[in-house]
Amino acid sequence: MNHIWTVPRISSRAWKVWHRNLVVFFRTWKVNFFPPLIEAFLYLFAIGMGIGSYVQQIDGIPYVNFIAPAILAISVMNSAFFECTYGSYVRMYYQKSFDAMIATPLSIEDVIAGELLWGATRSLLYVIIMLPVFVAFGVISLPTSLLAIPLAFLGGLMFGGIAMCFTAITPSIDTLNYPSFLFITPMALFSGTFFPLTLLPVAFQYIALIFFPLTHLVAIMRMLTLPAITSVLLLHLSWIIVVTAIFCIIAINLMRKRLIV
Amino acid sequence: MPGIIEAQDLRKKFGDINAVDGITFAVNKGEVFGFLGPNGAGKTSTMKIIACVSPRTSGAIRVFDMDPDTSPAEIKQRLGVVPQETNLDPDFTCYGNLFTYARYFDIPPDLASKKAEELLEFVQLQEKRDVTVEKLSGGMKRRLILARALVNNPDLLILDEPTIGLDPQARHLIWERLKLLQSQGNTIILTTHYLDEAARLCDRLVIMDNGKILVEGTPVDLVKQYVGNEVVEIEKTDEVLACLSKNTIPFEAIGDSVQVATDSSREIAKILFDQCSPHKVITRPATLEDVFLKLTGRKLKE
Repeated sequence: MNHIWTVPRISSRAWKVWHRNLVVFFRTWKVNFFPPLIEAFLYLFAIGMGIGSYVQQIDGIPYVNFIAPAILAISVMNSAFFECTYGSYVRMYYQKSFDAMIATPLSIEDVIAGELLWGATRSLLYVIIMLPVFVAFGVISLPTSLLAIPLAFLGGLMFGGIAMCFTAITPSIDTLNYPSFLFITPMALFSGTFFPLTLLPVAFQYIALIFFPLTHLVAIMRMLTLPAITSVLLLHLSWIIVVTAIFCIIAINLMRKRLIV
Repeated sequence: MPGIIEAQDLRKKFGDINAVDGITFAVNKGEVFGFLGPNGAGKTSTMKIIACVSPRTSGAIRVFDMDPDTSPAEIKQRLGVVPQETNLDPDFTCYGNLFTYARYFDIPPDLASKKAEELLEFVQLQEKRDVTVEKLSGGMKRRLILARALVNNPDLLILDEPTIGLDPQARHLIWERLKLLQSQGNTIILTTHYLDEAARLCDRLVIMDNGKILVEGTPVDLVKQYVGNEVVEIEKTDEVLACLSKNTIPFEAIGDSVQVATDSSREIAKILFDQCSPHKVITRPATLEDVFLKLTGRKLKE
């Protein structure tokens, strides 16, 4: 009766789970805020300034400006994906937190929805932390770049949903390494991030557009930060919204299947 | 007035295994009701159905006159659950665990805070208020879980092996707290392997095996009905065995001893000393453990 495509019934209690994670995050804020800041600097210097001094320009855009939105998009992907794989798995399997939560009025659907919302919030927070650095270096433009913040939430929800599907079916924490290395790493490199998609053979371009959600996120992000907004943005945005909805629904249903026996 | 829980022909299947195989029982308000049974008897599965975290396969169950399948949130709002497995939140302190948990029940922050302090005192953990749960001993963790189960002033407390793995001091403290809750009119259901615990706490209990309820009653009645008042234990010798058989006294040989359940140990002792020349004889009151072993057998489970 509970099919994989059934739209789950979620209550506003999902925010309680979200809030629990938020409280823990801010209590250890020093550990949590530093990595994205450092990451932003590292990428800017190593790739931007380093490779940038050879590459100079791509399509008439300074190389650092070209990769800055990609760094933001990759950060959105990583923070939500790793939160909803390793983070959620630890809470589910080792801490038994989900078991404790569903003994309260929270349903398993609320709990997983809260985890997904939290993954998305984490992406949003990281972008908020990284934006001022990029603005200070003058590699992104205001005010359109501010739209990267809501976009980070949507992108985070998408990668959180995909991540949670892996978490729901993984037999152990070790096997979560497969999606990390076989999916996330290639995606970070071949989604029009550090070089334009058009440099890839046509077949690969299609693969990237169909199977790499990051491609669409990078594309929108770049339109916003350059800025160079065209109507194609709506196509990318629609793609992301549809994929987000699909994976979040499947993730919640798979998790219920795993945990409610 | 309907009972707190009413179950009829309740069943739970995991694949081909009937974990709960058609049980019927009712729990009344203000009662401590025990589920006893060896490992794999179906106790925890039954608890999970009542707690709305595992849907039944078939049969009927009403908790607070509501159906766990259709009103889980409403039922769970009024439940306090002590699970078998310790699942405190390691990211929080003792106080933080209680406060956060109270928030899951929609208890407003100021009230949640007050309740958390109150419960820390109730389970005598005030000194550990700001300690992360990983630093607590096993007994302290169980106490904190008990406190956590009480944050919403539950109308029904579900305890799955509440004192598992605890030392005698910790067990006694938990018992004492449970007795106090009982005296305040709380309804409690509990599962346990410890038969002294069941005898001490339960007003009424069922003994389960292989997913079925074997017997139901008060601890005292069950002991009387299935064993008798006393048990005479005699060191096993061929002479004693032959002698008991000759006098048609029913007995059970276990290891190197022979047990005779009886209402009159004097009579048995007299026959023994007059006719059987026994080596060692001990007379003791019959316990729930005798009932349990008699009904569920002495073979190791699992």
